[in-house]
Amino acid sequence: MRLFLTLLARNRLAVFGAAVLAFVVLVVLLAPLLPLADPDVTSTGDRFLRPLGGGPLLGTDHLGRDLLSRLVWGTRLSLAVGVAAAVLAGSIGAAIGVVAGYFGGSIDNVVMRGVDMLMAFPYILLALAIVAALGPGLMNALIAVAAVNVPFFARNIRGITVGIAHKEFVDAARLAGMGHGRILISEIVPNVLPVVVVAMSTTIGWMILETAGLSFLGLGSQPPQADLGSMLGEARAALITAPHTSVVPGVMILLIVMSINLLGDGVRDALDPRLRSGALSRPMAATLVDRAGVPEPKGAGLLSIEDLRTEFRVGPRRYKAVGGVSLSLAPGECVGLIGESGSGKSVTALSVMGLVASPPGVITGGAVRLEGEDLIGAPYGRLRSLRGDRVAYIFQDPLATLHPLYRVGDQLAEAIRVHHPVSRAEAGARAVKLLADVRIPNAEARARAFPHELSGGMRQRVGIAMALANEPEIIIADEPTTALDVTVQAQILSLLDDLRRKRGLAILFITHDFGVVGQLCDRVAVMYAGRIVEEGRTQEVLSAPAHPYTKRLIACVPELGGGRRRLEAIPGLPPAVDALPAGCAFAPRCAKADAACRAGEIALAGTGRKLRCLKPEVIA
Amino acid sequence: MTLALKTDGLAKTFPVGKPLFGPPKALVHAVRPTTLAVPQGETLGIVGESGCGKSTLARMLVGLLPPTSGRIEIEGRALDRADPAAFGRLIQYVFQDPVSSLNPRKTVRQILDVPLIRLHGMGKAARAARIAEIFDWVSLRPEFLDRYPHEFSGGQAQRIGIARALAASPRILILDEPVSALDVSVQAQVLNLLSDLKAELDLTYLFISHDLAVVEAVSDRIAVLYFGAVVESGPAEKVFAAPRHPYTRLLADSAPVVGRPLGGAAEGELPDPLNPPPGCAFAGRCPRATELCRRESPVLERIEGDQFAACHNPIPA
Amino acid sequence: MGGYIVKRLVSAVPVLVGITVIVFTIMALIPGDPATAILGSYATPENVERLNRELGLDRPLVSQYFIWLGNLAQGDLGRSFALNRPVLDEVLERFSATLVLAGAAFVLCAVTGIAAGVVSAARQYGWADKAITVAVILGISVPSFFLGMMMILLFAVRLRWLPVSGMYEIYGGGDLKDLLRHLAMPALALSVVATGVIARLTRAAMLEVLRQDFIRTARAKGVGEGRVIWGHALRAAMVSVIPVLGIQAGFVLSGAVYIEMVFQWPGIGRMLVDAILKRDILLVQGGVVFVAGCYVVFNILVDVAQSLLDPRIRT
Repeated sequence: MRLFLTLLARNRLAVFGAAVLAFVVLVVLLAPLLPLADPDVTSTGDRFLRPLGGGPLLGTDHLGRDLLSRLVWGTRLSLAVGVAAAVLAGSIGAAIGVVAGYFGGSIDNVVMRGVDMLMAFPYILLALAIVAALGPGLMNALIAVAAVNVPFFARNIRGITVGIAHKEFVDAARLAGMGHGRILISEIVPNVLPVVVVAMSTTIGWMILETAGLSFLGLGSQPPQADLGSMLGEARAALITAPHTSVVPGVMILLIVMSINLLGDGVRDALDPRLRSGALSRPMAATLVDRAGVPEPKGAGLLSIEDLRTEFRVGPRRYKAVGGVSLSLAPGECVGLIGESGSGKSVTALSVMGLVASPPGVITGGAVRLEGEDLIGAPYGRLRSLRGDRVAYIFQDPLATLHPLYRVGDQLAEAIRVHHPVSRAEAGARAVKLLADVRIPNAEARARAFPHELSGGMRQRVGIAMALANEPEIIIADEPTTALDVTVQAQILSLLDDLRRKRGLAILFITHDFGVVGQLCDRVAVMYAGRIVEEGRTQEVLSAPAHPYTKRLIACVPELGGGRRRLEAIPGLPPAVDALPAGCAFAPRCAKADAACRAGEIALAGTGRKLRCLKPEVIA
Repeated sequence: MTLALKTDGLAKTFPVGKPLFGPPKALVHAVRPTTLAVPQGETLGIVGESGCGKSTLARMLVGLLPPTSGRIEIEGRALDRADPAAFGRLIQYVFQDPVSSLNPRKTVRQILDVPLIRLHGMGKAARAARIAEIFDWVSLRPEFLDRYPHEFSGGQAQRIGIARALAASPRILILDEPVSALDVSVQAQVLNLLSDLKAELDLTYLFISHDLAVVEAVSDRIAVLYFGAVVESGPAEKVFAAPRHPYTRLLADSAPVVGRPLGGAAEGELPDPLNPPPGCAFAGRCPRATELCRRESPVLERIEGDQFAACHNPIPA
Repeated sequence: MGGYIVKRLVSAVPVLVGITVIVFTIMALIPGDPATAILGSYATPENVERLNRELGLDRPLVSQYFIWLGNLAQGDLGRSFALNRPVLDEVLERFSATLVLAGAAFVLCAVTGIAAGVVSAARQYGWADKAITVAVILGISVPSFFLGMMMILLFAVRLRWLPVSGMYEIYGGGDLKDLLRHLAMPALALSVVATGVIARLTRAAMLEVLRQDFIRTARAKGVGEGRVIWGHALRAAMVSVIPVLGIQAGFVLSGAVYIEMVFQWPGIGRMLVDAILKRDILLVQGGVVFVAGCYVVFNILVDVAQSLLDPRIRT
């Protein structure tokens, strides 16, 4: 709650809205106590007095009534009606939506058909029909506006309820012996309620507009009682001769609706955890770079990552996802980068071509050199011309990484056409050939398929074909088989292995699976908490790990054929990357760690076989 | 040897494209009639790839999904579908995604209270004592009780999920991919905890996973599912070491193992569930398939000793 | 594709029937006697009874409904007593005027709303985004009828650029240029709220889409930023924008009622309000059913557009 208020207070527009609204609400609540003229007393001699003209502060209307007084009382009425309509529509609609969404099946079907039917009317028709049936009047206008908005709430809340009702905690509650009623009250409603409240608060403004509209048409409040809408309606006849009688209520409607909208948006944003974490930001075309200096070029190699540092800046916090990674890739070589989730392996891979989402990602140091050319400092145009042409990516989940609305052949052809000036037909023909190259049967027909029409394995083949489209020298594969079944994974891995041998591709292969690394990679680097802790030839590292983390991690992985047994575990958890300990990040979980390990920076030492440890395992 | 859990021809069929009235356009046989028998104190591992029906089977066993046909017996008594609480006291479920299986708006204590109140009608003091005991079993610190789920790591949340299942004092736990959302170094912590709990509380486990090595490490017996049916079952040490069904062999060969060359890359994928082929579902990918396989579905039969396979041409030992 | 359209058309039939039931039920709830309303309060009881029989009002409600539905199917919506002409003729004439106004406003709000939303998302937190956000807040907060009145004061009274009201000049008008001059203010005033809503939803949809993995894939292929935004991202965002366009079309049609009052536009909204105030029930009933039916057809077109865009919903 405190956090919510702080966040809200940080939003200047919302604070402005809240202040205006608070003032208006205070005034209208105190209306009976304020020294105002009677709003309904007419005085035909004083018609259309101008505002600030010495008479009543805001002048008078066509019957000589005090406009200020009418404005205050009218606002009071409009606000009350708007809030009442929103609460009425919101609670009825939410109740319908929750019941339909939770029970599903035929209840849902029947209810939602009814809702569809009501939504098939442009809302005013229904409101007009209801007012026609009930007769003009403010109460009837309120009922009409509320009734018309019930379907919108019902549909909205139903969608959210369906999402929650399919969550596993609802199943768990059922297994714990809860009945439908209790599940609705204690599991579903608490999770839906914030959405309902936000939806209500954001629609109050809309409700005020709609009831004002009906009053404006003469179907809402009836004389002499006036809300803001009917004040405008009555003033319309004298629009040209006495514009102030229109401007005064009109500006008031604008002011209160706007302040309610600003406040409602502020509330919604403050409640949205995604906005808080910066997850709703739009990633820019290339990752932001904010580095103090550029390291001297060191090694040769086709691709050389030098002391790369990437962090995520969320508010005042800095998550150091990659804390100084150096790694090189020779032509035709396959290097595995292995680590658990949060170790920074994917961020390292995405940093190479500036694909880390930014905000919140920022590259804060180091260099990535492609044959000596630094990519981190490269202008966007240069980076774009290299992406997919000389360095291509294969990503994890092929359903999410292919565009759902383009045919796969077109997506492949596009990859070719952004780098090569070839005709549409030729690019299409090349796309079909690429699909055949990755062993997709019936490639010509599959080129016309949409991604959702293919199986997971086929989709990942398309992903590989896309990476191959411009015959790049380097492919960066970010967990390309993690989302696949084991038999399909084996197919994809052997395809990748074949392709790289035939075409002399260099591959940087990101994975968490030692078995995959062992089968595919020439060299392997092990990451922990944003740094490489050990690097060397795959066979050497896997058969004789030197870093205690590598050794214990390999021991954790059960191997097929071992039979029933107790598994090794590493106690504790990896450190949070916004609060890394001094010294070795693994020290808190390491049985061999001593004061020296916790004291200070430990370098990644060695050539060929590299290690970041003061107490390495003895290599037999 | 008493049977903790027995299913008899348990099957689930989902209608596809059902209009408001009238029959559905097609039926998908998510689980074909399945007969399983799990002795008291055993861990039965169930492996299979996505779409093989393993989660549907699990959800039927705990009563979250009504079976289309067949019956479930627990400790010799047929389960009464009318009483969900009766299910809950005998059989509980540990979910795959530890975070989404905990209500974000309840504290851990509120979550654990529910089964104690609803299934066992315990009073406040008794509940507090019981929760303390269970929390000790799953090695969590008591101060966690008044926190909300989002404050926990995946491994801790999964321990809470296990604690909730244990609070019902069930005889059987269905573990549906309980560690696949966790990192390897944490996964072993949870697996070892489960193994200790089983010995201490005399539980029976059904352990469902797509990870062959994990299943082999924790199970007494293993059943391999393919396309909604058990294609092979047998003792854990034999199923992958000496598979009888060609699909089991493909699985075993596909698992990446350090030091073994890439293998098992037979082309082909699952058949279309809306339009299944006649005969054996695996025939299209099977190197041993014959005319008979493409015509007639094999049934699960004893091949040798305690190894069973549904195959016309099982692999010889 | 053709199959989808047929399926969608068939599914609209129960909705159309439902609309007639709802309208008929609401109208049947109207207290008082239509015949008395038609003949005035000084009518003799005999005359009232005779008219009731002529109108079929002495029969049970259900059979009244079916008679009305049967006539409706033949295009007979009855006669308006206040105007003394067939309801259908009046409705068609008035609705075509509304269609000109609402159609222009709809095109205006769809084009500017989507463009503003895309620019706003692409320049998130930049000055263009801030300017659009402020404009959107103002746009969705202003009552369209008030905006219309202020526009009259500024453009017609003060600057004398445009005519105050009406659809054509009474003397010597009638060509397209005349229509456009009269259309400009009301169409703009009518489009403002919907433009704001569409811009805001497009922005949200674009921000959602821009974080998706397939956008990263497009960038990794080397696709230029212009094409990423206006091609890949906008196309995916349209999947959530198109249904909003359908709903906003209903709001534009609704808002037309106010705008027609302010600008004296001879559309169906003004006709309905007048008919309600005169208790001309058959005219209200006919007008409401006709417009709702047209809106249903429009929504079918929206769904078809959606299915052309998104192959996943065709099956």
